[in-house]
Amino acid sequence: MVESLLNIENLRKSFGGVLATDNLSLSVEPGKIHAVIGPNGAGKTTMISQVSGALRPDSGRISFNGEDITRSSPPNRSLRGIARTFQITSIFNEFTALENVALAAQAHDGHSFRFWQPAKKEARLTQPAKEALELVGLENRAQVLACNLSHGENRQLEIAMALVTQPKLLLLDEPMAGMGADESKKMVEILNGLKGEHTILLIEHDMDAVFALADQITVLVYGSAIASGLPEDIRLNPEVRAAYLGDEE
Amino acid sequence: MKVSRETIVCLLIFLLLAMVPAIAALTDVPFYLDLARRMMILAIGALSLNLIMGYGGMISFGHAVFIGIGAYTVGICAEHEIVSGYIQWPLALIISAMFAVVFGAISLRTRGVYFIMITLALAQMMYFLGVSLDRYGGDDGLPLAEPSNFSGLIDLSEKTSLYYLVYGLLIFCLWISQRIVNSRFGMVVKGARSNEERMQAIGFPTFRYKLTAFVIAGAMAGLAGALLANHTDFVNPDMMHWTRSGDLIIMVLLGGMGSLSGPIVGALVFILLEEALSGITEYWQLIFGPFLILVVLFARGGLLGFLEKEQEINKFPERDNG
Ligand SMILES: Nc1ncnc2c1ncn2[C@@H]1O[C@H](COP(=O)(O)OP(=O)(O)O)[C@@H](O)[C@H]1O
Ligand SMILES: [Mg+2]
Repeated sequence: MVESLLNIENLRKSFGGVLATDNLSLSVEPGKIHAVIGPNGAGKTTMISQVSGALRPDSGRISFNGEDITRSSPPNRSLRGIARTFQITSIFNEFTALENVALAAQAHDGHSFRFWQPAKKEARLTQPAKEALELVGLENRAQVLACNLSHGENRQLEIAMALVTQPKLLLLDEPMAGMGADESKKMVEILNGLKGEHTILLIEHDMDAVFALADQITVLVYGSAIASGLPEDIRLNPEVRAAYLGDEE
Repeated sequence: MKVSRETIVCLLIFLLLAMVPAIAALTDVPFYLDLARRMMILAIGALSLNLIMGYGGMISFGHAVFIGIGAYTVGICAEHEIVSGYIQWPLALIISAMFAVVFGAISLRTRGVYFIMITLALAQMMYFLGVSLDRYGGDDGLPLAEPSNFSGLIDLSEKTSLYYLVYGLLIFCLWISQRIVNSRFGMVVKGARSNEERMQAIGFPTFRYKLTAFVIAGAMAGLAGALLANHTDFVNPDMMHWTRSGDLIIMVLLGGMGSLSGPIVGALVFILLEEALSGITEYWQLIFGPFLILVVLFARGGLLGFLEKEQEINKFPERDNG
């Protein structure tokens, strides 16, 4: 058996009375796209936030690359190689697309107690940033302020910001949320291009996209995994069909 | 290359300031010299506040405390017959930086209104500490027996020399700010204002950078304090009073938050208005207040922002909406 890159064990998190993550265990194998699906409020974002460090679990353990990271801070996890995107676009609106990505590159290029040289002129930041923008098809929008980008472009920018850090694990929280059909298609292409080289934990509502991309699917309902397996098994799993997919075929 | 209006305004101001000693001498009104010097010292204070407030989103309502600490360092040194500026001034910078480390470490754990309140509370604490320092004049303050002694370099009892020193240091601080703001460090500070959660997620431990910015700003304000002590030949707790911190905030807002030389414009306008209006009426703030509200309402980026915005519109006739 392959050693997994990310291991979530018996994770539990509640908000007041709501048990958002309920004894969840899950592991992601290197090089795979592992999709997590489930209805709204199932606890998908809460799970991602615990893996990225934005939320502390009440109990349970998260290990990455064989090391326990349950208590490490978000920046520490990012530096270890876990990059996330946000369901609700989270970027630096006052910066250009290029600056957004260059800033992410900067975070992974040593400390930033450098007070003198203009960061904008540093090729070692702008060069990888340009490449990442190219990867997501935003190379022509590099100088546009992020707040002037379209919604779809913002989603692509999020991916570029994650990619430029050369993460070992990508956490993508509904990258296609709010996108039109064309934009979604483009995003599937982008993610397909990452397949094999990157390990991805993908949360997505768009079932076509999920079945087109995923190597492994976990179904989350009320904070716990009701099924996990290969896409074809999930598609046929009666419990899943009843709880989530709906008997459509 | 097109020179921005901000640069032009800035150059004009510095040109004018360079001529003030000559104007004061020609017109025989030494008060102009005094006024312009005070304005420049406060501009250094406002410039330092802008680093954290304009660029870092940290609205400190206690920033004048560092001016006070810088001034008191000089005053207390002089009281103990340590008159060398080579000792006094570095000490003023170091001590205000040390206080900034402590105050920053406490206050930066909060944000928004809580940050404002904590910086205000810490500053008031220092104000009352100053009032209670009977050994150093308490409420009445402490006269400076002699100005900081930079023997062999510059004679600060010569008021025009002090003027040009302040002038030079203001330019120096502006230059330093310009480098910092555009550096990697500056990007982190700006990023943390824009979206701190995202900064953490891409790998920046933001706290240490914000704290460093807070300390740099504190030290720069400490320098303004050392200058202020020499300017007034006097230090007193009032320099640390929260209304002084409020003045600095107003200067930053007036000139334009987050534009480099905005605080200088702000300090200039603030001091001139204060002077002009208080000549008309004792209740000058009754006029000043509404003026401030108008500026904040109608020129979001302050007076400088007002200029720049017009230019932006000319530069990009069509808005780019993707
Ligand atoms: N910060 C929070 N405070 C309180 N409740 C929350 C918070 N975040 C999520 N929840 C609750 O936890 C549950 C799971 O939410 P979420 O993880 O966002 O679900 P999903 O991403 O699968 O739609 C929901 O019931 C939601 O209301
Ligand atoms: Mg969600």
